Amino acid sequence: MRSGTITKVTIRPASDRSLLISFGDRISDKAHQEVSRLCHALRGVRGVLNLHPAFASVLIDFDPRLRTHSEIEALVQERSSGDVSGGAEAAWEAPRLVEIPVCYGGEFGPDLEDVARHCGMDAAQVVELHSAAEYLVYFVGFSTCFPYLGGLPAALATPRLTAPRRHVPEGSVAIGGSQAGIYPLASPGGWRLIGRTPLRLFDPQDSPPGLLRMDDRVRFRPVGEVRW
Amino acid sequence: MSAIRVIAAGALTTVQDLGRFHHAHFGVSASGAADPLALRAANLLVGNAENAAALEMTLVGGTFEFETGAVIALTGSDFAPGLPLWEAVGVKAGQTVRCGPTRGGARCYLAVRGGIDTPVVMGSRSVHVMTGVGGQPLRAGDRLPVGDAAVRKPRRAISAPPEYAPETLLRVTAGPQADRFAGELYVGAYTVSEESNRMGLRLRGPAIPSPAGGMLTEGVALGAIQAPPDGQPIILFVEHQTTGGYPKPANVISADFWKLGQARPRDTVRFEEVTLDRALELLQEQEKWLYGLV
Repeated sequence: MRSGTITKVTIRPASDRSLLISFGDRISDKAHQEVSRLCHALRGVRGVLNLHPAFASVLIDFDPRLRTHSEIEALVQERSSGDVSGGAEAAWEAPRLVEIPVCYGGEFGPDLEDVARHCGMDAAQVVELHSAAEYLVYFVGFSTCFPYLGGLPAALATPRLTAPRRHVPEGSVAIGGSQAGIYPLASPGGWRLIGRTPLRLFDPQDSPPGLLRMDDRVRFRPVGEVRW
Repeated sequence: MSAIRVIAAGALTTVQDLGRFHHAHFGVSASGAADPLALRAANLLVGNAENAAALEMTLVGGTFEFETGAVIALTGSDFAPGLPLWEAVGVKAGQTVRCGPTRGGARCYLAVRGGIDTPVVMGSRSVHVMTGVGGQPLRAGDRLPVGDAAVRKPRRAISAPPEYAPETLLRVTAGPQADRFAGELYVGAYTVSEESNRMGLRLRGPAIPSPAGGMLTEGVALGAIQAPPDGQPIILFVEHQTTGGYPKPANVISADFWKLGQARPRDTVRFEEVTLDRALELLQEQEKWLYGLV
């Protein structure tokens, strides 16, 4: 067992072509490390079609004509005890620190004032706190390159809207409860919008298609109004 | 290069292959044919690899003109194309294939020998309608290049193709949160709602009580049945989100995915639980049927 730590791992089929590996039921850096490690270890395995990382679990989709649940489970056991610092990890891009320029407030962040009111501060303090923190990309999921960011200062936690917006513009920087995120594409959404970035988080012609990847670190930098 | 001209696009016609894999960790689900069995059969009939791209028509088909002679196959729902279904047929240069509204089932596939040769995006030609990855639904005036990627001779006609009925039995295996439910899913019949799309089939029927205690967002599989707080189940379909936070009592088996692609709004579905072993047996039988064709 690595570093003498004990994590309860649950392995169960989610369907006749997928296996769900869970590392507990809480968001923690420890669970995240296990998720990241397992994803690294399973990259490029024949018959594995998709890996769906989340806060404390990984769903493994496989081709049931090529693989069985027990084969995948054996692979998980074998590879999670093995050292993945060699070949497997070499194929995985190293995490980076990515700076995201943000126009806070106004039409770009229609909920900034509400967030400030909820948190008992003024808008400038929200911007200061939000852009001073360093965030960790726990995973990318939901819908097209949506990064789930850990590290939101607790003082900025704000509940989601009771009724989601029908249209959230691409690049909106948002707070949902104790989480931070960025909408890569225009979509409906219930998080509080505090600003917007002109950076493209998703480009299908790029390889990989997403600006942010699991384990990247993120900082937000306030900028004046930019031309879109 | 040979091409197909879109004279009329129909209600929702897209280019689809078997989907875009290895990108779920970027939040990009596979998309791909809603009825993968019909797509694979169409490709096998015209001598393509089973993953070649073809046209998927939804509820009301389109009209297509062939610039040069071609070998095509129509499979899936009967959209009254005036040509036999489930067999390879030759079309002449300048010939038009006109499809109409469905006579049963939701989707009709048109494969052409050589495959549709639109650009490959992230490993697939499938259009992901909700995000625009891989392109957009077809419009009148579009011109679709036909490739030269046939791998075999065309096959003989398929006997005993699947039948599409307005009442469907969906076989499922236990989902990751099955132990939080008490079999409520298996009691009544559900109606496929008009709000269904390639992301999900929304069902209306007896509410499934939402289990107590929240859960952490986790990865979700194709065919997962989610029970949101209003108790009306949603079956995650080919353009599903990659992660979600609703509990899942069950998951549709692979051998029944084609039924999801052929379910129409207002059709009714019921659920029956089977073991994982049985699900895999059923899949094997289906593969045998498909490859028995060739």
